[in-house]
Amino acid sequence: MRLPGKGLNQGAKPITFSFNGRHMMGLEGDTLAAALLANDVHLMGRSFKYHRPRGVLTAGSEEPNALVTTGTGGEQDPNVRATQQEIFEGLEARSQNCWPSVERDVMAVNDLAAPFFTAGFYYKTFMWPAAFWEKLYEPMIRNAAGLGALSGEADQDRYEKAFAFCDVLVIGSGPAGLMAALTAGRAGADVILCEEDSRMGGRLLAEREEIGGKPGHDWAAEALAELDAMDNVRLMTRTAVTGAYDQGTYGALERVSHHLPQRHSLKGSHLPRECFWRIAAKHAVLAAGAIERPVAFRNNDRPGIMMAGAVRAYLNRWGVAPGERVTLFANNDQAHRTARDLAEAGVHIAAVIDSRHEAPDGGPYQVIKGAQVCGSAGRQRVESITVRSIKGEEKIQTDCLAMSGGWNPSVHLTCHLNSRPVWKRDVLAFVPAEGAVPGMVTAGACNGTLSTAGALREGANAAAKVLEALGLNAAAADLPDAEDDPYRIAALWAVPGKGRAWLDFQNDVTVKDVKQAAVENFRSVEHMKRYTTQGMATDQGKNSNVAALAVLADATGRTIPETGTTTFRPPFVPVAIGAIGAGATDEGFKPQRFLTSHAESEARGAHQLEVGLWYRAAYYPKPGETSWRQSCDREVTLVRNAVGICDVSTLGKIDVQGADAGKLLDHLYTNTFSTLKVGKVRYGLMLREDGFVMDDGTTARLDENHYVMTTTTAAAGQVMAHMEFAAQVLHPDWDVRFTSVTEQWAQFAVAGPKSQELLNGLVAEDVNGETWPFMGCGEATVLGVKGRLFRISFSGEHAYEVAVPARYGGSLFRELLKRAEAMGGGAYGMEALNVLRIEKGLITHAEINGTVTAFDLGMQGMMSKKKDFLGKPMSTREGLMAEDRMRLVGLKPVGAAKEITAGAHLFTPGDPVERIYDQGYVTSAGYSPTLGHPIGLAFLKEGPDRLGETVRLVDHMRGVDTLCEVVSPVFFDPEGDRARG
Amino acid sequence: MRITCPLCGERDRREFYYKGAALVRPAEGADLDAWHEYVNLRENPAGPLDELWYHEMGCNSWLKVTRDTATHEILDVQLASEAGLGGET
Amino acid sequence: MRFSGWRVLKEGLTGNKGWTPHWRDPEPKSEYDVVIIGGGGHGLATAYYLAKEHGITNVAVLEKGYLGGGNVGRNTTIVRANYYLPGNSEFYSHSLKLWEGMEQDLNYNAMMSQRGILNLYHNDGQRDAAVRRGNSIINQGDDAEILSREQVRELAPFLNFDNNRFPIMGGLMQRRAGTARHDAVAWGYARGADMCGVDLIQNCEVTGIDVENGKVTGVQTARGPIRAKRVALAAAGRSGQVAAMAGLTLPIESHVLQAFVSEGLKPIVDHVITFAEGHLYISQSDKGGLVFGSYLDFYSSYAARGNLPMVEHTMESFVAMVPAVSKARLLRSWGGIMDMTPDGSPIIDHSPIDGLYLNCGWCYGGFKATPASGHVYAHLIATDRPHGAATKLKLDRFRSGHGLMDEEGTGAQHNLH
Repeated sequence: MRLPGKGLNQGAKPITFSFNGRHMMGLEGDTLAAALLANDVHLMGRSFKYHRPRGVLTAGSEEPNALVTTGTGGEQDPNVRATQQEIFEGLEARSQNCWPSVERDVMAVNDLAAPFFTAGFYYKTFMWPAAFWEKLYEPMIRNAAGLGALSGEADQDRYEKAFAFCDVLVIGSGPAGLMAALTAGRAGADVILCEEDSRMGGRLLAEREEIGGKPGHDWAAEALAELDAMDNVRLMTRTAVTGAYDQGTYGALERVSHHLPQRHSLKGSHLPRECFWRIAAKHAVLAAGAIERPVAFRNNDRPGIMMAGAVRAYLNRWGVAPGERVTLFANNDQAHRTARDLAEAGVHIAAVIDSRHEAPDGGPYQVIKGAQVCGSAGRQRVESITVRSIKGEEKIQTDCLAMSGGWNPSVHLTCHLNSRPVWKRDVLAFVPAEGAVPGMVTAGACNGTLSTAGALREGANAAAKVLEALGLNAAAADLPDAEDDPYRIAALWAVPGKGRAWLDFQNDVTVKDVKQAAVENFRSVEHMKRYTTQGMATDQGKNSNVAALAVLADATGRTIPETGTTTFRPPFVPVAIGAIGAGATDEGFKPQRFLTSHAESEARGAHQLEVGLWYRAAYYPKPGETSWRQSCDREVTLVRNAVGICDVSTLGKIDVQGADAGKLLDHLYTNTFSTLKVGKVRYGLMLREDGFVMDDGTTARLDENHYVMTTTTAAAGQVMAHMEFAAQVLHPDWDVRFTSVTEQWAQFAVAGPKSQELLNGLVAEDVNGETWPFMGCGEATVLGVKGRLFRISFSGEHAYEVAVPARYGGSLFRELLKRAEAMGGGAYGMEALNVLRIEKGLITHAEINGTVTAFDLGMQGMMSKKKDFLGKPMSTREGLMAEDRMRLVGLKPVGAAKEITAGAHLFTPGDPVERIYDQGYVTSAGYSPTLGHPIGLAFLKEGPDRLGETVRLVDHMRGVDTLCEVVSPVFFDPEGDRARG
Repeated sequence: MRITCPLCGERDRREFYYKGAALVRPAEGADLDAWHEYVNLRENPAGPLDELWYHEMGCNSWLKVTRDTATHEILDVQLASEAGLGGET
Repeated sequence: MRFSGWRVLKEGLTGNKGWTPHWRDPEPKSEYDVVIIGGGGHGLATAYYLAKEHGITNVAVLEKGYLGGGNVGRNTTIVRANYYLPGNSEFYSHSLKLWEGMEQDLNYNAMMSQRGILNLYHNDGQRDAAVRRGNSIINQGDDAEILSREQVRELAPFLNFDNNRFPIMGGLMQRRAGTARHDAVAWGYARGADMCGVDLIQNCEVTGIDVENGKVTGVQTARGPIRAKRVALAAAGRSGQVAAMAGLTLPIESHVLQAFVSEGLKPIVDHVITFAEGHLYISQSDKGGLVFGSYLDFYSSYAARGNLPMVEHTMESFVAMVPAVSKARLLRSWGGIMDMTPDGSPIIDHSPIDGLYLNCGWCYGGFKATPASGHVYAHLIATDRPHGAATKLKLDRFRSGHGLMDEEGTGAQHNLH
């Protein structure tokens, strides 16, 4: 019910929204919960296990009950807190975890079975017969799982991530936060003030206590105006600080456009739905306030039973009275303000029940002292409560019970770095441990200081402490007068009695469950939590953990601090996965690297492959070709018979210079490069320090002190780090410098018997066997551009690689293709490249799979005995050279050509096809158009000693079972005449 | 986590690659025990540890960072090239 | 007390007054035949099988905190036997078989759910590796099949098939794999061991290991010295610290691995699904939370918590693979401390000290290993010979180079897994 003239929203615009299909009016600035209460809607959802009716409990992000779903399809948003979602014109919200409606929910039948659904019941049953678990029991349980639902469609909204940096991050904008921000801002510090609510002011918006002789919210408005005028202060509303991480890093979620009627956040528009901030703060002031805690009593979970502070917030901020005949149940003085404020607003207070005999007298209403509420009645809303006092039990009619068991300081962020909060007896609560988060100071209610004056004082002091550390001068604190009432409270966690008294409202954990856990020896607080699911709901136990702990302490005869605490983990409030993962949908997941030849390849209809971050042409289909194999066979053949062009720029290229360049390469490669002649290229093998092969590639010596190394595409970054390690960590005294030039050079293979002919029309220099002998290299003028020419071959043909600065790559590629095509050649892609290299027994990362040694590859001869190199000592371990290791061989079909498939395993014919008889596996396979049959490379136990033997190839996955002959891995031109000629 | 690179200043952990304990590489010809210790065995303390980080997304410097593995507090950072980890050569 | 549906019904009708402790809280005795250091899944399973299979019941499990408080209580609950290297292959195969009979054996419902694991692949190289792995699994006697893109789409239509940076090409499916309720596994073994007479001693940190003349004689604890004929280490995450008490240095670095759970949602993900390009693994619990994780944070750590870069990477991988989860909210993130060995595979072996046994180096693989780890470790402790399914989990493989098990092929060297 809205009370005219009450609330901070005077003159606010009316707004239409709908809930469960019913259209209603609210006021701008209302949360959905406030608007629903204004429309006298209390039943908002259903609980998880028993499907009990649930109404709103709180007025903040800790809300466990009033969770709703908004939107449909790709915009469907489950588990939205009605206490946070601001209404806007056209908002459509609905209840969840209920069917067919929140009023008539068939699953509410669960409540009748509650005696069987006690803590941990599922660990004790559903075991017989065993096969029924997956078929019957579990599907039943899963049908009941979860609260809201995802639509299954891709999210249509846009999210962003951003970094921010500041001197002081102030978390929370209540009196402590505002005072801290004012103090730090006035001293010139770079301040960010984050507030998760849509409006700054914290409890000052919900209370009527004055500051400096004016209403608290007026003081807050003035403070905010002053802060807003400072260039060094950034105010961030709707921004929850979600996590504290190392070295002053904080995560924060800004809800940018949840409250806006237009769908600004859709892809292509300017505002994201949310922004996830990474804030690096030199210091932080935590002024996160406190969360009021319920009292457990029989049926304390009915709609209409709410937190006393929340009732005040709805009244004082939004002008909404959640009932017409309100009762209050409390154990502390502060809660009496709820009765006072409501009474002053003309709402009837049926009774105030205080568990303390020393409770204060209030206004024009009855205060029942030393009494407890021991039950409630009503169906979908509370209708009456039962009060127990010395005089016995008495029933009081009420449509709203405001309860308060005291306040729990919001210590959550102080736990994120593993600090445990400490018990403070005078406030009956956990407060942050000193130094819980390096660089963070705590102030106000989150520190256990629950008066307004105390909060202002601590806020100013916290800022002064931070300013001192920053070397800034804090002006003398000018603290306004404010309420400084002592916080009087007596412990009250659970009212004794029969029936179920709720602790965790969402997960339906009751006092009985916790006691049963204790009986079953789940006495550790972690055990109790995990056994009962207490505190594992969407509020992470913000509302219920401390009370549950108190019940457990009582049940096990220990004090609360002896019993311990569970840990609060990030995030402080749940955060959409899409916000933290912003930017990664679709092609945004990883950077895309395109070759200079990409446009031309696309124009030719090439099929693209992802190779690491790169896109490379797999094959170039010609008209009439219906399968990749046809294109691949043609491309292989054109390389073997004429000339093929392939972009090989993805290989890592590292320019190495300096007097000790050769020395460094000798240290990195198993073989020697310092003896390589200028103008020559050599193939090299690199090991990790564990002695296994890391990478291979060619390195060219361009000048006495100048080499260019190539790495495989996959290992380019790894090799660079490895080299830097060798140079900086192991040999900082060597005179050598290097840098990656992968992106700076476009490089193309020109391969085939007509390659020399092609190049002689392209390159100014005369290309012949003398000027560019096999494995020769040198500078070349490519159509007037200074480039490089290497006579190296990955196809086994007479071949070159021609390199030009990357800006000429695209035009050179087109020119090469034009010339090649005129000679009966053309482009070839990765598929053909792969067949060509398998025909030659040349390895890639299919073979260098991280677990092979030089010995396995038959390259033990490349391991220099004359020098030390990285990985050498460990490569000599006996296990890395054992004769029975699987070693590289070739495979060809026995008899009529059958399939050879990569990933197939090898067996000795006659042996069972079982793991213990496994002889090896196929690494690479393809159809060789040159030889007219399939070929493969494989690692086979004692392989090189088994040439000519027949092995059985079994690929269960593809249904292949065939015989192969073990052959040399070099299938074609074993003497290498074609490449050398 | 933030690391102060001696050349670039304070940077987010995401710019760095982690290598592990900063150990002195055994000299050429050291026995297998020494290599086994260098490559495989780790003191693995729950407390301050000298370790190697590589400023891969920054200046490419290898750094010797002293960091508490229990609290993630960073106690010292220096250029690895000045740390003498190459052993005898 | 035997658990059953009837018992739940009977107790429900009589006010749930008859439930009894799942285990005792005994005072430590002065001497045991076997002392197990670490009351996590592996330690508890070891105690259970020592008693059940070998009749050794004079056993204490010493736990510094609460039972099941280590990685068994903070993982992503995945159970699978889809390894391909000798050593891991037979060991995890053994483990999956034990999982399948565990609940009836323990009379405890750990909600082992064989909902299948689907490893997606995105290119030819990954497909061939998946085929190699699938073939190894079949050769070991377990189940595996290769699914086409369309078959994957039928099982998981919510995956990003059309606009993925790394388009989904297909997947490797193991249907017998799945998930289990992690805490319940620890509790089930604890209850089973306790019923056999094993003493489970919580809040009893081991502060020293007594070794005389190369032979272990007992341990020092926060609750006084305890003599023991055999001492078995099962303290993954802290293995290095515990081994150091006996003067041993292990080939282990401790790293933090984060895990994540979303708010409860109506079921959408039926299987365990992994995404190679982001190292992501996801499943949905019977309570409705999406449970997921990806890489290590990649720095040595004993703090059971991580940092934002890997949180972000994990969420990025998730929305890249499943754009439909974007609005699901991350509820909680936490970290576990992994014993990382150079090759990414575990160690169950004798130590160089007589009577001291090692069970460590579980890397990412500890939870799914729980039953087999306990089973073969009990065999080793009881008989002094390795169990047939664990002959290759040797400590000396790092020194000799024989039988290294680098499943990922990233290197038999620290910080590469």
